[in-house]
Amino acid sequence: MFRFCLAWTMALAAPLMLTTPARAQTAPGQQPGAAEKQKPAPAPIHDISGIWDPGNEGIQPLGPRAMPEDGKPEHQVPYTPLGLETLNSHKPSNGIRSVLPGETNDPVVYCDPQGIPREDLYELRTTQILQTPLKVFVLYEFGRIWRVIWTDGRDLPKDPEPRWYGYSVGKWEDDYTFVVQTTGTDERTWVDRAGRPHSGDLRVEEKFHRVDQDTLELTVTINDPKMYTKPWVPLDKLRFKLKPPNFDVREMICSPSEFAEYNKIIGKPASEKGAQ
Amino acid sequence: MRNKLVTIFLGLLTVSVPLFAHHGAAAYDTSKNLTVKATVTEWFWANPHCFLKFDAKDDKGNVVHWATETSNPADMVNLGWSKDSFKPGDEVTVTFTPVKNGAPVGRIDQVVLASGQILKARVVFKSAEPTQ
Repeated sequence: MFRFCLAWTMALAAPLMLTTPARAQTAPGQQPGAAEKQKPAPAPIHDISGIWDPGNEGIQPLGPRAMPEDGKPEHQVPYTPLGLETLNSHKPSNGIRSVLPGETNDPVVYCDPQGIPREDLYELRTTQILQTPLKVFVLYEFGRIWRVIWTDGRDLPKDPEPRWYGYSVGKWEDDYTFVVQTTGTDERTWVDRAGRPHSGDLRVEEKFHRVDQDTLELTVTINDPKMYTKPWVPLDKLRFKLKPPNFDVREMICSPSEFAEYNKIIGKPASEKGAQ
Repeated sequence: MRNKLVTIFLGLLTVSVPLFAHHGAAAYDTSKNLTVKATVTEWFWANPHCFLKFDAKDDKGNVVHWATETSNPADMVNLGWSKDSFKPGDEVTVTFTPVKNGAPVGRIDQVVLASGQILKARVVFKSAEPTQ
């Protein structure tokens, strides 16, 4: 057991040691606010490592930023008949189709993993990216989840066994753009908070573009011919700002016991019919 | 220049909304807003949401045992709250939105402590970068 724990500790610590140190936004001794007035340094080549903050724009409670579920025609997702049928079986507790807290079947509310792409499209908080020669690790604040993106040149599996976070491979499209393809995401996950569905044929592209030293952009494209008649873009150049390397990322964990307490005291009483 | 200024102004616009992303707002009667003098009975610092339980008298003088929620600890820390913000027996003034079904449940807009300090529970949406 000890050896098992030690092996895991080393596996997680290794990328931390190998990662190129991200430069702090404010140099030692510099006045706070001075950094904002300076033009950021150019983006380093083939490097998206660092602690990245999307601000509150990453929370996306009504669906993804570029395609919220707000009823506007321009945000209408191109569902197939199966896609629409599956959407209607999903009961989100936010947005225009929202149900009462006690009636939702959103798997994340019950502490199931978000999967990919939902990790990008709901509660995207401070995100740590670590690069090693063979893979890139992404550490998400929400749920305290990490995933692996292989960069050793391997192909995606042809017939993947479903995983909550699927299988991801990444390649540098140019000096500053890292493109990730993901397949094999478990069908139980939702694409977003609004309950948009996906099938086992889902393919997700995530494009990380390092604009300059302090700025990263993320664009996500969904391609799932069973659920959608054409690819669509839920996230278009969401901006992250680089945090100092000593920034302490907070803990956001879905705890089943805390959720049960919440549901007993708030969720269930709020959902009961005719409580008065 | 004028266009640039307008762009910067729009980019700096922020929106203040209650943030209850996990469990939604469908249960709440957003047309109502109650403010009561209350005695804290319990303060839960927990995910997915923190919640404050308190006793307050209704308009007939009966004591009502309320349970009211906020956002998660990470958001609340950013708003100046902490796990030590309240203890049982604290006298506070709570402003909150009640649920539609009449249960003694609500979501907090703000709490005024006995010291006069105001704790706001609304998250200000602000992007990492001004809109381009």
